[in-house]
Order: sequence, then C-alpha cells, then structure tokens
Amino acid sequence: MGINFRKETFRDDFTFRNSPEFVRRFPFPFHEDAYMYAVNIEPHVPGPEGSVLENLIDVDEHYVAEMEDRALVLAEDPLRCQSLPHMTLAGWDLLELLMTEQANGYPEHFSLSRDGDRWRWINRPLGIDDTFTFGDVSTLPYGPMEYITRQSQGDFCILDQRDGNLWMDAGMVTTQADWSLDFDIGMNFFEWHAPVPLAHEKGIFTRALKFLTNIQQGKPARRLNWTMTINPRLDTSPENYHKWGTDRMTVTPENVGDKVHLRVELQSFWRLPRSNALVFPIRCYLIKMDELVTSPKWARRLHRVLRDLPQELADYKGLTRYRPTVVEWLSKHDDGAPTSAGFGPD
Amino acid sequence: MSTGTTKLNVTVTEVVAVNELVKRFHFERTDGGDLPTFSGGAHVVVEMRDDGRTRLNPYSLMSSPLNTRDYTISVRRDDVGRGGSLFMHNRVRRGTEMVISYPVNLFSLDLRAKKHLMIAGGIGITPFMAQTSQLAAEGGNFELHYTCRTPALGTYTDVLAQRYGRRVQLYYDDRNEKLPLERLLASQPLGTHLYICGPAGMIRWVRETAAAQGWPDETVHYEHFAAPQPGAPFDVTLAVSGNQIRVGEQQSLLKAIEAAGVDPPYLCRGGVCGQCETNVISHDGVFRHNDHWLSEEDHCSGKKIMPCVSRFEGSSLVLER
Repeated sequence: MGINFRKETFRDDFTFRNSPEFVRRFPFPFHEDAYMYAVNIEPHVPGPEGSVLENLIDVDEHYVAEMEDRALVLAEDPLRCQSLPHMTLAGWDLLELLMTEQANGYPEHFSLSRDGDRWRWINRPLGIDDTFTFGDVSTLPYGPMEYITRQSQGDFCILDQRDGNLWMDAGMVTTQADWSLDFDIGMNFFEWHAPVPLAHEKGIFTRALKFLTNIQQGKPARRLNWTMTINPRLDTSPENYHKWGTDRMTVTPENVGDKVHLRVELQSFWRLPRSNALVFPIRCYLIKMDELVTSPKWARRLHRVLRDLPQELADYKGLTRYRPTVVEWLSKHDDGAPTSAGFGPD
Repeated sequence: MSTGTTKLNVTVTEVVAVNELVKRFHFERTDGGDLPTFSGGAHVVVEMRDDGRTRLNPYSLMSSPLNTRDYTISVRRDDVGRGGSLFMHNRVRRGTEMVISYPVNLFSLDLRAKKHLMIAGGIGITPFMAQTSQLAAEGGNFELHYTCRTPALGTYTDVLAQRYGRRVQLYYDDRNEKLPLERLLASQPLGTHLYICGPAGMIRWVRETAAAQGWPDETVHYEHFAAPQPGAPFDVTLAVSGNQIRVGEQQSLLKAIEAAGVDPPYLCRGGVCGQCETNVISHDGVFRHNDHWLSEEDHCSGKKIMPCVSRFEGSSLVLER
C-alpha cells in the first residue's frame, strides 16, 4: 500500500491540507504545558509505526506538491541552492544517504540498484528513471546535492567540519522559517546563530557545537523546533518577506482556524562518511489550527504554551502581532483540564 | 545524549608481516556484509580480549576509503608499551574474531586546500595511506614527505613510490638524509594545507617551524594519539558512583574507572577527541596532563582531566564520575 500523494499548493490559493491520519501523526513538539529552549537532542532512531519517525527520512502525502513548490522557488531564485567548491564530495554522500533511506523506507515508490559505480535510481512519484556514475558529476543533470534534494522533502544544510567548528558551506533551502542560505553561506556555527535570543547566555550553543562535532557515523541525532506561519506557505524566506510578511496582519478571530499554522521542524544530524561533513536535514511539517484542535490535548497545551511564552521568544519567532488573537481563539478549546504527559494526541 | 560509536563484528582475514616491526591486519565483517565507507584519516578502536582484560587501542585505517570489502590497519610492535601491540602481534591470527568501532575521523583532510602537503614519520604513515588513495582517486594535488629509520624499516615505501612516483619523497635516518623542512615549507603555493603524523618530537618540530614561517594555525593539521604514560599508582574517589579506585602503574585512569563498572563516553582513548573529559570536584596534589584536548587554562585550573591519558600525583582526587 503506497502513499496517496495530495495535489495541493503552498502559495496563491493555498489548497494544502492534512488528511485525518496525517493529523494524527503530526510531530507535536510540546511534551508539557510550557516551552523554553533546551538542547533537546536525542538519538535519531526509528520510532513507532505510523509516526513521522517510522523511517529516518520521512516521505508523506505532501511529497509531490512540496517538490513542485521547490522547483518554483528555484526557478525564481537559484541561490536557494548553493555548494562551495570543496563540498561536492559531501553532496555525493548526501545523495547516497537519501537514495538509500528513501528506497529502503518506501520500496513501492523508490528503487536504487548499484552495480559498482553504475547506479540506477527510479523515483515513481516524480516519474524519474536515471542511470548515472556515482562520483561523476557529468552523468547527472545537476550537482549531486541539488539533484537529490530536488527529490527529497525538507531543507538540507551541509556543514563542513574543521578547526573545531561547523561551517555552512552547502545547502538547499526553500522551506525555511525566515533565514537565508545566501546570507549564511560560509558562516560558522556561532555566526549563523548570532541572532537567537537567550540561548547564548545559557551556553547552549557551545554545548550543542561540542555535541554536533562528535556525532559519529551510523549514529544520527535529532531535535524538534517550532514556530507559526500564517497561511500554509513553505517559502517564508527573507528574500520573499514582501510576499508573506503582511500575511501576519490578516489574522482575525474568524479566520484563525484556517489561516494560522503551527510549523514544526524535525531537524536531524548525520555524519557523512566520505567527506566527514555533517548534514542537517530540516523537515518542515505544517498543521492548521482547525486540524490541531481535533486533538483536545494538543488544543489545551498549545493554548497554554502560547499564552505563557516569554516575549523575547514571541518576538524572535515573529508571533507578536497575532499572538493575542490566536491565544483568545485557542482559549475556547481549553477547559482547564490537566493534560497527559508526552507528545501524543491522546 | 548518548555518545560513542556503533561496534562492528569482524574477522581477521589476513595477517602480513610487513617488516621486522610492523604487521598488517585485514578485517572483514563476520556476517559477510560491507563495512561502512570512511574518510581518509579515520581510525577504529580495536577491542582486545586478553585473559579477562580488555584493551582498547585506536589504529588508523590505511586501506582505500573506497574499498568497503575490508579494512586494514598496520601495527608497529612496541616491546615496552602497555601490551596492545604485542597482543596484536602475538595473539591475533587469520580467523580471529574481533570487535572494532565504527570509523571516527579526527584527522580529516581540509578539502578546501589547493594542495595537501603531508609529512610522515615511521608508523605515522598509516593515515596517509588512506588519504593519498582518496585524493588520487579524485585527482587531488598532494605531496608526501616520509622519514624512516632504514630502508628495511620503511613501511610501505615501495608501495607508495610505485603508486605515486615523484609525489613521494623518502628520507632515511641511517643514510643521514634529512627532511629539508624550512625550505619545503617556504616554497609552498598559497592555499597549501600541512598534515603531520609521526612521533611527538617531529610533530612539535614541524608545527613550530610552520608557525615561525607564519603558516596560519587553520592550515596545520596533526594527529598524535598520546599513549597513556605509566606512572606511580594513585587513589581516586568517584563521587557520583560512590567508588574508591586505585589506578595501577601500567593502567590508565579511564581503564580504572571502567574497571569499577562506570562507563564514561570515549572515542579515541588518546587525549584528542574530548569525549571522556571529566570534572574534578576536589584535589590535593599535582596533575600530569598528557592530552591534546584541554586548553592551557583548563590544565592550570585543576577543574578538568582527560582520564584516557592523564594522571595525578598527590594525596586525594575526587572526580565527578
């Protein structure tokens, strides 16, 4: 039984929806009724069947539509995909990782056959059947990173590791929460995290860097991050701020349920074998408030988290203008009952 | 957060005496599958079960990173060391089943380099065997300078000369051939990165010469696994687990902690990776720091120790383990 890929848009008429079983598998990020930064990293091992963690690289019903949206972004702005010259080997590493994981996890949709350096890759949802020589850039229509990340959900940052630091030296970034690869390219870990409030004072980045530089082959790790997005728009980039920034002024008590989305990033961290670089897939999941409140526990908890969020964090996440309207709307779904521990919808 | 690496069950498929002091060991997966791909400069930690004791020694992988059929390491016999190399030389044969770690790379190539200049001394040649294979396959620009005691002890000089011709320069001590380091470092093109692996004295000499010539730190890479030094026995209190332990003369502090049933994270066991860094709660005595991980400031603070290679002399030491 394969995935039934939805035909939908993340722009203009915004026809994105989650079907009911995908609402249930949404990676809700709050394990308690409050939120504060923590280095919430855990081993990236497979989770329960039917969850977004069942496969370490998740493919879902939005796959085809997300890849179409990515192609539109790249056609307008090719700088969303960049790879500095020394990162080509890491691109091949990533191609191997994503082809292997997608073919193993979803054999009805993807297949990979390898005969030495001659590889054949079949991607049925996108109608691709390519044979190429692994390691020979001239045998693919794009560089290896661009080729495979045009066929994989989520953004990808490839970080070179040297001098005890990580460097943002390659990436495919079209579904980001207001940051720019073109701006950050070549920066190190502390430079690209400089705008984050509160976390520096807590020494979080120093500890996180130490952990990340020690990630070993075969032992990936993950964490969840979150923000909110008005309209189901994947491309909320600084480059296109003029297109989405004003959306935040359109939230009214009547349209919260359809317009306001919780946006969760499943970030994972993998050591790449040939290049010794790290790849950092950032997979974005969106859920409408109308969909989210079909779980009474999630409705109660999100209400409490948003209501009590420190102002600096609300400002950093860009929620300030519409937070009161959303909190008011959610309060109608919070009867004050206690919530159970853990992330699940009950 | 868990650390450490995944383990691999392997079988020794071949043992080759390379010369009087060095043996080469070939490992394949015991279950017959492929081994993980690795990057040039990576090492594995080999577990040795020796009459109830377990030794854990890191060895650089020297096979081509493109070959996932087998891994090879070369071990130089050290008659006065802690016995890991003697175990490998005397006890490990074709067919021996062993456990090794996944590859870990703490001596990675900087792929931005316009040229890779490598300097090896003695058995320090092993990581360069893998790195030169990797670079040659990609058309990379490298040059290897390799000093050995005698031609008979010049491990893999023949293989290297045959593979790479004039890209390899050999220097033999018994012929009074000396690496012309100052001239070599002064004549490199812009964008060259320097890599050093060999005895501690050589690493110091090359680093100091490079620094004096104004090479930026970021372009100078070296790998030096410190072997744990023996020393007078000392007593330690492990405050978290509530153990009192004695560290033997030939034992590392990390081994003694492990023997008490406490499992600190580790990767290299050579004072390089930082995994086993341990907080000192109190002490009365002098630290013998032998690691390359902690800063000078940390060494002076008396608040941290790397138990894989460092020791202590004094009346009391309490660690947060």
